[in-house]
Amino acid sequence: MKEQIEQIRQNAMKEIESVRDEKELNDIRVKYLGKKGELTALLRGMGALSAEERPIVGSLVNQVRDELETKIAEKEEAYKQEELKRKLETEKIDITLPSNKVKRGSKHPLNRIIEEVEDLFVSMGYDVVDGPELETDEYCFERLNLPQGHPARDMQDSFYVTPEYLLRTQTSAVQARVMMENEEKSPIRVICPGKVYRRDDDATHSHQFAQVEGLVIDKNISLADLKGTLEIFMKKMLGENTQLRFRPSYFPFTEPSYEVDVTCFKCQGKGCNLCKQTGWIELLGSGIVHPNVLKMNGYDPETYTGFAFGTGLDRLAMFKYGITDIRLLYQNDVRFLNEFDRMD
Amino acid sequence: MKLSTNFVKDYVDIDVDLKTLAEDMTNVGNEYDSAEKLINATNLVIGEVLKCEMHPDSDHLHVCKVNVGNEILQIVCGAPNVRKGLKVIVALAGATLPGDVTIKKGNIRGVESNGMLCSIAELGLESKFLKPEDKDGIHELPQEAKVGEDPIKFMEMDDGVIDFELTANRGDLLSVLGMAHEIAAIYDKPVKEIDLSHNENKEDINKSFKVVRNTENCSIFLAKKVENVTICESPTFIKNRLIASGIRPINNVVDISNYVMLETGQPLHYYDADTLKGMLEVRMAKENEKLTTLDNVERTLSTEDIVISDGEKAIGLAGVMGGLETEITENTKNIIIEAAIFDSVKIRKTSKTILRSEASTRFEKGLDPNRTYMAIERSCHLLEKYAGATIVGGLVQEDSTSKEDTKIDITFEKINLVLGTIVPRKAVLDVFRRLGFTYEVKEDTITVLVPKRRIDISIKEDLIEEVGRIYGVNNIEGKLLELPARAGNYDKQTRNIRNKMVDLGLNETLSYILVNEKEAKDFTKDDTEIIKLLDPMTEERNTLRHSILPSLFKIYEYNKARNNKDVSIFEIAKTFYKNKEEYGEEKKIACLMTGEFYLGVDNKKTVDFYVIKGIVEELLDYLGYANRYSFVVNDTIPDAFHPGQSAAISVNNDVVGYVGRVHPEKCKQPVYVMEINLEKLLSKKVGKMKYKEISKYPSVKKDLAVVADKNVTAGEIATCIKKAAGSLLNSSTVFDVYTGTGLEENQRSIAYSLEFSANNRTLTDEEINQILEKIIANLEKQGMTIRK
Repeated sequence: MKEQIEQIRQNAMKEIESVRDEKELNDIRVKYLGKKGELTALLRGMGALSAEERPIVGSLVNQVRDELETKIAEKEEAYKQEELKRKLETEKIDITLPSNKVKRGSKHPLNRIIEEVEDLFVSMGYDVVDGPELETDEYCFERLNLPQGHPARDMQDSFYVTPEYLLRTQTSAVQARVMMENEEKSPIRVICPGKVYRRDDDATHSHQFAQVEGLVIDKNISLADLKGTLEIFMKKMLGENTQLRFRPSYFPFTEPSYEVDVTCFKCQGKGCNLCKQTGWIELLGSGIVHPNVLKMNGYDPETYTGFAFGTGLDRLAMFKYGITDIRLLYQNDVRFLNEFDRMD
Repeated sequence: MKLSTNFVKDYVDIDVDLKTLAEDMTNVGNEYDSAEKLINATNLVIGEVLKCEMHPDSDHLHVCKVNVGNEILQIVCGAPNVRKGLKVIVALAGATLPGDVTIKKGNIRGVESNGMLCSIAELGLESKFLKPEDKDGIHELPQEAKVGEDPIKFMEMDDGVIDFELTANRGDLLSVLGMAHEIAAIYDKPVKEIDLSHNENKEDINKSFKVVRNTENCSIFLAKKVENVTICESPTFIKNRLIASGIRPINNVVDISNYVMLETGQPLHYYDADTLKGMLEVRMAKENEKLTTLDNVERTLSTEDIVISDGEKAIGLAGVMGGLETEITENTKNIIIEAAIFDSVKIRKTSKTILRSEASTRFEKGLDPNRTYMAIERSCHLLEKYAGATIVGGLVQEDSTSKEDTKIDITFEKINLVLGTIVPRKAVLDVFRRLGFTYEVKEDTITVLVPKRRIDISIKEDLIEEVGRIYGVNNIEGKLLELPARAGNYDKQTRNIRNKMVDLGLNETLSYILVNEKEAKDFTKDDTEIIKLLDPMTEERNTLRHSILPSLFKIYEYNKARNNKDVSIFEIAKTFYKNKEEYGEEKKIACLMTGEFYLGVDNKKTVDFYVIKGIVEELLDYLGYANRYSFVVNDTIPDAFHPGQSAAISVNNDVVGYVGRVHPEKCKQPVYVMEINLEKLLSKKVGKMKYKEISKYPSVKKDLAVVADKNVTAGEIATCIKKAAGSLLNSSTVFDVYTGTGLEENQRSIAYSLEFSANNRTLTDEEINQILEKIIANLEKQGMTIRK
């Protein structure tokens, strides 16, 4: 009996080894393990055995059956793997063919810069405020210590629509508005980005351009605070290696007043045609808010001091993106616009 | 202001090179445009022409032997005035001349030439400074010029010129003396006294001459007489300093008036005394009064212009330019000197409408009355010395100015508070001393006396600026604001809208708000007046836009001309209106689409009404207006839109904007636009975004093809379906629109996919069928049928 079992085992193993396809494997399973299979038949014939022999043979048959089942399962698994491999092979694609990108639009480069400036100052606790672009002479000039007859308000520099109304020439106009609208006359920390207009048009000047104005009013605001603030502003916008140079200057609404130069973006201060070999680019106007401006807008200059600054954003955008002609910013060629679809 | 360094060195001893001086001045706030030698040339030497022969191969060139001291050079020269014995300026081989010219040894038509004989123009002098004889030949040096020496030194032209761009407040720096004070402060040097010494005769001008002030726009008017002047060429140093300062020398008397103006900042006017009638009157001009100025141009004046009159008629435009009739001529013997101060605002107006001069530039910035006296005295000194004048005693004075120093109290504490640093007391006081201000210190308070020459200084803050300037602002450390932390606010809504539009695949533009008059109200039907500029730069940009769309349309045309066919752009900006006398502005969003709209690389759709309508819907849904808007056709739609392919965008039954195709008469290509008034839209409140529960029960879909008259809109059919369906209808989507075979000529079939569901149960077939029957009944009631 034992020999018979061993014979079946050996035959079955041999057949499994030499099997050629899944069907043959299935036939073998039926032949040996099926209801009418050889091993099954042996088990059925066990009734003829003695009580001592029965468990021994029974366990021997089960052992062989397990062995065969494992072997068949292995073989089956191998076939499955092969089958899968073949299937995957047929599904192979050329991954270098172009993708179906989802197309997004783009933000205008100047607005990208404005958002960047806004985010920086908002993170430092400034509010972003807005003011009219069609402004009154009062707010654009008068309340900023620029009385009638002042050289800085020449007709040829501004676009008036009536003797009273003009397109604002500077975002500084918002300074007076913010001060006047603050009824409690409490501290102020704002920036105002926006469009401004001057009678000027060439490769480096546009009659419409963008500025950002900053105004801080509080107790004990000093020139050192202004310097520290502008250092952060410029380093964040232009890179950590940017140096600042303050030059005393004159603006009617600040006293003292400073023009601020930054390390030339193009040559990093070595001297080039952009900076006229000086290594510096003039970028900001700034100063300590003139006491007349505080007074005129309801703040007591004995209690409060403040600083204000302003800068042109077109130049910042031009530098940041390497744009050489300001007109590109306003022509809106879609090929140009399409380039601005990635992060900085 | 062009500053001659030789000139300023008369008043302050400095020994720094030109560039350093310019940079040091910049650091205290006086920017410069250029800093150059007056004659920017090297390797020049005085030579003598020993031999001068015609060039063998030319009818105008000469071959010269020139002694330059250490050798004799052969030089070919083309100037007509070259001749034997002439003392000349020789540019040796290796010399550089203005305009990037380098002189090399060479060969001119076969003859060796080892340098160049120079004209004055070749040394870089502007042609307005050239004498006639210098215009077409080489410069002839006088015989006393020493061969081998430096010709620039010999001509007293070894000067440096810094061209400053001064700030509007520093009128004091429009004078050499003012510059001297500034430079003295930088280098801590004394300023030397100006020489005013002169003799006067025993007469008194007041007996024969008077001045009448008939306007308050003249705060001081002084007149002095000098007699028996000899008109001739000015001494070299005067001529050269005028040239360095950009003023053309004329004759000694005229030059002295300019020289003194440069020196003191006080403009002067010299009259030929014999053309006057014993008096000068200053008054406002009469309307349309005529005056011929020195430049021989007849000017028409207005009551805003100040004039000088001889008692009968205007003879000078005060503060701007003298009159032709009373000018100094070669025959002038006796002179009346006028030194006055006129109102800066009035002079500004006049110089803006009539002409700007060296004098008016100075009056516009304001002057120190002490200098008015000084300038008269200095004139006398120089006229006596260089024009042989006899000075008549006495001075005619009409003066209502204050000449006292400005007194300002300031504390050390205030200075340090504003600068945000501790400037040592000694350093603060040092600044005032160096600026030539006197002061007294009492405890923490400094009482500073600021001389009148610094008319820009009137308040504490001005003094703080001076401390910052001279102490050095770059010596102050920047620091961070020490203010309470707070969250900053910004306009998130605009940013979100911009982000959404970018997400939808549109490019943001930024356009000019100025358009032409025709465009200003294009694309709108609003009842607003157009707003025109009083003084536009061009007719193309003379009006403020009332809609962004004209600008976007221009951008479309710009791109079309560049063969950019696919344009999908938007802009968020302000537009302007005027109602009666009230001006205002509104924020709007506009969008223009044409060509292919790319959803992905190979997923594109030709833009039509429904594409741009989709953009509008996406935006409104995003902003929270879902189910609150509709597209309606009414007579408010602007004329620039295609009447059959446009709609008013209505939110809560209020029109907030328009969407549609540009009218084919305006644009043949299919271009679609939309514009929404954001102020109007966003004023409609939106509830907070809240999660809506998703039904656990499956939904049921049913299709329904509705046949209706072509005039019945899809919107009307949808409304009809929704009304009958009730709350169990989740959504209805159009999936097919059909006309043609099987339908009558005037009929159209629209197929809807309807989705039903309930939150609390699975809907039964029976329920669904009941609803469908209701829907069908309602449709049939409206004359529609169901297509089987």
